[in-house]
Amino acid sequence: MRRSIPLVATGLAATLALAACGGGSGGSSGNSGGDGSFNAGLTRVVNPSTKTGGTLHLANAGDWDNVDPADTYYAFSWNFARFYGRTLMMFKPSPGKSGLELTPDLAQGPGQHSADLKTWTYKLKPGVKYEDGTPVKAQDIKYDIERSLDKKTFPNGPTYFNDYLDLQGYTSPYNDKTPGKLGLKAVETPDDSTIVFHLKKPFGAFDYFAMLPSTMPVPPAKDTGANYKQHVVATGPYKFESYTPGKSIALVRNTNWDPSTDPNRKQLPDRVEVQLGINADDVDNRLINGSLQSDVQSTGVQAAAAGRIQTQPRLKQNADAAPTARLWYVAISGDVAPFDNVHCRRAVEYVADKQAMQTAFGGPLSGGDIATHLIMPVLPGSKDMNPYPSGPGNHGDIAKAKQELAACGKPNGFKTVISARTERTKEVNAALAMQQSLAKIGVQVEIKKYPQGDYFKLYAGKPEYVKKNGLGLMMMAWAADWPEGFGYLSQIVDSRVIRDAGNTNLGVKDPEVDKTLDKAVVTADETARNDLWAQIDAKVMDDAYIVPFLNVKGLMYRPPSAKNTYINQGLNGEYDFVQMGVK
Amino acid sequence: MAGGRRARRPPWPGTVVTFLIRRLIAAIALLVIVSMVTFAIFFLVPRLTGATTADLASRYVGKSAGPQAIHEVEVRLGLNKPLAIQYWDFVKGIVVGSHYDFGPSKVYCGPPCFGYSFINQTPVWPDLLDRAPVTLWLAAGAAIIWLLFGVSAGVVSALKRGTAVDRLSMGLALAGVSLPIFFTGLLSLAIFRDKLGWFPDAGTYVGFTQNPIQWASAMVLPWVTLAFLQAALYARLTRAGMLETMGEDYIRTARAKGLPERTVIVRHALRATLTPVLTIFGLDLGMLLGGAVLTESTFSLPGLGKFAIESINNNDLPRVLGVVMLGAFFIVLANLIVDILYAVIDPRVRLS
Repeated sequence: MRRSIPLVATGLAATLALAACGGGSGGSSGNSGGDGSFNAGLTRVVNPSTKTGGTLHLANAGDWDNVDPADTYYAFSWNFARFYGRTLMMFKPSPGKSGLELTPDLAQGPGQHSADLKTWTYKLKPGVKYEDGTPVKAQDIKYDIERSLDKKTFPNGPTYFNDYLDLQGYTSPYNDKTPGKLGLKAVETPDDSTIVFHLKKPFGAFDYFAMLPSTMPVPPAKDTGANYKQHVVATGPYKFESYTPGKSIALVRNTNWDPSTDPNRKQLPDRVEVQLGINADDVDNRLINGSLQSDVQSTGVQAAAAGRIQTQPRLKQNADAAPTARLWYVAISGDVAPFDNVHCRRAVEYVADKQAMQTAFGGPLSGGDIATHLIMPVLPGSKDMNPYPSGPGNHGDIAKAKQELAACGKPNGFKTVISARTERTKEVNAALAMQQSLAKIGVQVEIKKYPQGDYFKLYAGKPEYVKKNGLGLMMMAWAADWPEGFGYLSQIVDSRVIRDAGNTNLGVKDPEVDKTLDKAVVTADETARNDLWAQIDAKVMDDAYIVPFLNVKGLMYRPPSAKNTYINQGLNGEYDFVQMGVK
Repeated sequence: MAGGRRARRPPWPGTVVTFLIRRLIAAIALLVIVSMVTFAIFFLVPRLTGATTADLASRYVGKSAGPQAIHEVEVRLGLNKPLAIQYWDFVKGIVVGSHYDFGPSKVYCGPPCFGYSFINQTPVWPDLLDRAPVTLWLAAGAAIIWLLFGVSAGVVSALKRGTAVDRLSMGLALAGVSLPIFFTGLLSLAIFRDKLGWFPDAGTYVGFTQNPIQWASAMVLPWVTLAFLQAALYARLTRAGMLETMGEDYIRTARAKGLPERTVIVRHALRATLTPVLTIFGLDLGMLLGGAVLTESTFSLPGLGKFAIESINNNDLPRVLGVVMLGAFFIVLANLIVDILYAVIDPRVRLS
């Protein structure tokens, strides 16, 4: 048997060598050609083309929460839904900062609001049709909003309309006894092309609500409730040919889509095919060999591909390190002693070795930039600040941290617990870096790991559990629902959204923050509103309930076979799928 | 023995019927226990950490859902009912079917109704039926390869003990059992699909009836990769069995009787060696039919194993229950077949 070992070793070495050759080549033609350079997709359209035809191949390592516009919350789903559905407003199809601006889609223009910001009116463009040629009516938009309110049938989608519309007890069109099932008084449709929203409280940035997928029209006659996902009736440039959950999606051209009513979308490929449940590493391999044009999940390539892209110039020229409105942070629970004392919290802010935590997430290219405050530069109105400088090289300021510990009355440190998700190696490694940082000032940290599926629902997002189990520090991530102050901050700084479970805010309970937030939502002027978001950012940092450490970037690969490719910042750093072509 | 009275065989078909009935009852009891244990793990373990039914319901709502939305989901999924009632509803659905609220109407789910996914509200049973053929094809193809190559390599290795052939085949076997499938799988994709372009459709499964050529192109690498792992085990097992059997007295007797070496090896030695191999084969095949998790995940095959992993990650109880019970059924069935095959291979089993 001893003599068999060299044989095995030889065989293994030969196989690995072959694989290395394969890896090195990166496929036959998948990464050659194209007019790209590293990060070109952030500022311009790469491989521009107007040629039609072919099939756009996409893949998803997982599956959708739902393709039904009333029941979806995944960022990639909002992006992909633009193939088959049109909303009142949408983000501009444009690279760079202009992608953050809203532009009318079904609507003729932005919403017209009353002086008290409680009534918002949109006029619809004429001539928009469903895939079967019937005209789209304002009542159909109202109907889908009514559906989205029914959380019993559609539990996944956001609850902004539930929270802001003056519902007067309305629950669902399926319980609605009025003719046409359009009994929701909070949304009026005085004629087929006008829709009026009545809110129970003022809201200055309602156009962002008008961008939500639940403003896609649904013809009541075609609604089959939870089964509607089997065939969503299209208003966009593509319609469903098939959808097999967990396996595949196929879209084909919608011949009743009229580009003259829709300057924001293209209809270049003949088909769009998405394979679901594909091994994540294999998605990257196929992107690199050119057989796929994009990864639907859009969270960046896996570690193996990231290594290849960073070391091989010909791959790197086809990559973008896309900034996102997603933040990694450590939440500090003020309910767990001694973090009820601001100085103990500030000690954590100062001592954090953010460089080590950044490395844990893959470094500056595939992880992101070191964060020093809440609102990252990609968000409008972000004001740069660094209230807790973490010393040379961002390895932590031990002297300052010790001063804060002394002010807290714990000069010799204390014991606490940090939580992280078991399955997320990078997160656990960052928790480990935090543990090592705190050890330098005498704070002993125990790392507790929990399953990711229940992390927020049963453990680190549940105040009762956090308090009972002494979770002083919790690894968290938060992505904006849309790149604007409210869509980003409301769920992580407003003390009034803290519920029994499922929280991403467990620490920030500052009446002043709540008050400023209330002021911001009733401010119609965008510049003035952004100033208020920045004030909240500064106040929360002063309170020291959150240790931001990484403004997330996704290292994305755009094969030369993908045309018209760019990062849309409005879509949270994803490629704008509906603009893409293959010829 | 020559002058002794030959033992009388019991009536074989009658024994088989009794045996099958006994096994069927045991199988049903096992499936009931498996479903109860799965149910208990799913609901009781979170409760040990203090989770309420509302907390469990909050797994199935969007990220910022309020208490009302959570309560509505709690009611729709029946999580607010006592556990025993929930279990009874589940069993009742399998036997007589059940009705589900789809919003505008209630939909009848006929038996065997394993319920609707907690995540995307699709019925579980059609999903299982859709996924099972992928796993069946994978397991069947790989099993043929690994039995053929594994047993052959084991026999040759035993007969050529100590030679270069023995060392080479056992060396390969060592590599096979040592290398995890997600490694050999990705390696094979990198070499045979991406580098050499031999199987361009690997990792892109389509049904056999949809496109047989693409289907075959997608299945070859998973078959070979899975078989490489399993064949290694069977080669080592067969080799050890053959070496032991070849030293038995009855082999010497068979040779002394002047039987050809081929007959001695195939009819006498290999037949005895196959009994433990068959035992392991039954278990392996049953396990694989329940889902070859790593192979399916590596090659993106939409089979039962991948289905199981996705369901567990999503806390999707109806799907988890469905796939666990189907897996348990396959294991029971495979063992039953093996038990019957024992009797075919080894006459002593029939006499016991």
